[in-house]
Amino acid sequence: MERLDLVVIGGGPAGMAAALGAWHQGVRNILILDREAQLGGILEQCIHNGFGLHHFKEELTGPEYAARYAKEVADCGICCLLDTMVLDLAEALDGSGDKVVTAVSSKEGYLRIHAKTVVLAMGCRERPRGALNTPGTRPAGIYTAGAAQKFVNIKGYMPGKEVVILGSGDIGLIMARRMTLEGAKVKAVCELMPYSGGLTRNIVQCLEDFGIPLKLSHTVVRIHGRERVEGVTIAAVDGSRKPIPGSEEFIPCDTLLLSVGLIPENELSRAAGVKMDPVTGGAVVDQNRQTSLPGVFACGNVLHVHDLVDYVSEEAELAGQSAAAYLRGEAPCGGTVEVKARDGVRYVVPQRLCKDAGPVSLYFRVGDIYKDVKIVVKCGEKVLLSRPKKKVVPGEMERLPLTAGILSQIDGDVTVCLEQKGAE
Amino acid sequence: MEKRNLTCIVCPMGCSLEVELENGMVRSVTGNSCPRGAEYAKNECTHPTRVLTTTVKVVDGKRPLASVKSAGAIPKELLFEAMKTINCLSVPAPVELGQVLLTDLCGSGIPLVATGSVEKTED
Repeated sequence: MERLDLVVIGGGPAGMAAALGAWHQGVRNILILDREAQLGGILEQCIHNGFGLHHFKEELTGPEYAARYAKEVADCGICCLLDTMVLDLAEALDGSGDKVVTAVSSKEGYLRIHAKTVVLAMGCRERPRGALNTPGTRPAGIYTAGAAQKFVNIKGYMPGKEVVILGSGDIGLIMARRMTLEGAKVKAVCELMPYSGGLTRNIVQCLEDFGIPLKLSHTVVRIHGRERVEGVTIAAVDGSRKPIPGSEEFIPCDTLLLSVGLIPENELSRAAGVKMDPVTGGAVVDQNRQTSLPGVFACGNVLHVHDLVDYVSEEAELAGQSAAAYLRGEAPCGGTVEVKARDGVRYVVPQRLCKDAGPVSLYFRVGDIYKDVKIVVKCGEKVLLSRPKKKVVPGEMERLPLTAGILSQIDGDVTVCLEQKGAE
Repeated sequence: MEKRNLTCIVCPMGCSLEVELENGMVRSVTGNSCPRGAEYAKNECTHPTRVLTTTVKVVDGKRPLASVKSAGAIPKELLFEAMKTINCLSVPAPVELGQVLLTDLCGSGIPLVATGSVEKTED
């Protein structure tokens, strides 16, 4: 039976960067598994630009960003099994500490691969209609924004002509522009929350550029049509997100796109017994992105949903390097502390820190829009770091670097919270 | 003096810009974190431009479409005309990333280039 040093599950931006991170630290016996026919993951259908500004210092489209990594993977001679679906991840029964990855492909058949380390890089999925419980009929013409994106950009089909989009996540905004450019009429983008979940630049260049109305604090309360969507009823919602009676408005349309959130795709991780964070929907990890299972690492959107692929690459490279360190027998340092989110901060990744770790970046999201606040990192009552911030929004992930000097002051659990400016 | 508030779209930071205009000329730009923000604000107030990304039909390719972009920003008012031109275009496989598919997109002087590769079907 084959025994590999590293198996990377998923060949998107996270998987490729993780494999390369390990490769550049001398790991050679690597295999990337992906269910698609090519590497690149979701970037293949993200034909718009704006990728790579941090990492490559230039503005690339999704396929271009993916191609740079895919070329490096090929140049290094890292093995990939494509069109291959991973079915199971488990610990080997022989007590070796190895992991067993079970996968199938029409070419190779049933595969059982033993690996000393595994990087989870499966990405995320879109929240579907069923998760929203929107009343109405079940006609054709309801798509998640990402499914519509695949139809338009990869397959060359237009899902409809008159479109309403529910949810203002980035994919929904991008698709509002894409459908408009291809000749569809996008009648409205409805957002349940009083603020958009997408990047401000996308509100400007995808909606305002084309005069598409963004209806904040609005939702779809009914879907009409038997065979095909004939329209939707939208309504304003109150502070507790309940539809306000009398505010209903019927919008005729043949297509409803949903951009209502992304869910890390963690079926494999859960079945393998990886400890999960209920807020991120991803694994609980330490600063090396190691999960609760030794030798199993997680990175990218399967760990927590990112806004920028540049940060995915950065995190994945770290996960790959950590797998390399694990293979060298560099055990994770002893005492760990927990990193907790408090007062306005929804979650923090990593959730665990080793006290004697090198410089570490904390990634987190806030739960609401806050202006003129301080981001404060504390250990007990001791303030480790306080950084003023003009504005923080839920749609944009924050990143906070901690120096080794700051980390050396840690003697207990760490909290990350927001404080009003001026307050001490 | 006229004031305009813009959100910079050059990068995902989305800086809030304030532009002071006099007789249609940009006097000052504030709020930007980098020189590209000032450049964007000037263009946006005088002649707004956008990079266009879309797809073209591929003949005999393993995939039906190749992703493309305008190699630079084109005038905003040309977007729909450019879409019409690009949607009439079909290119034979193979398509290579970076391949120039049109040398001058609708008189903008900007070429249309492939952002992805499409292999030829095997037969």
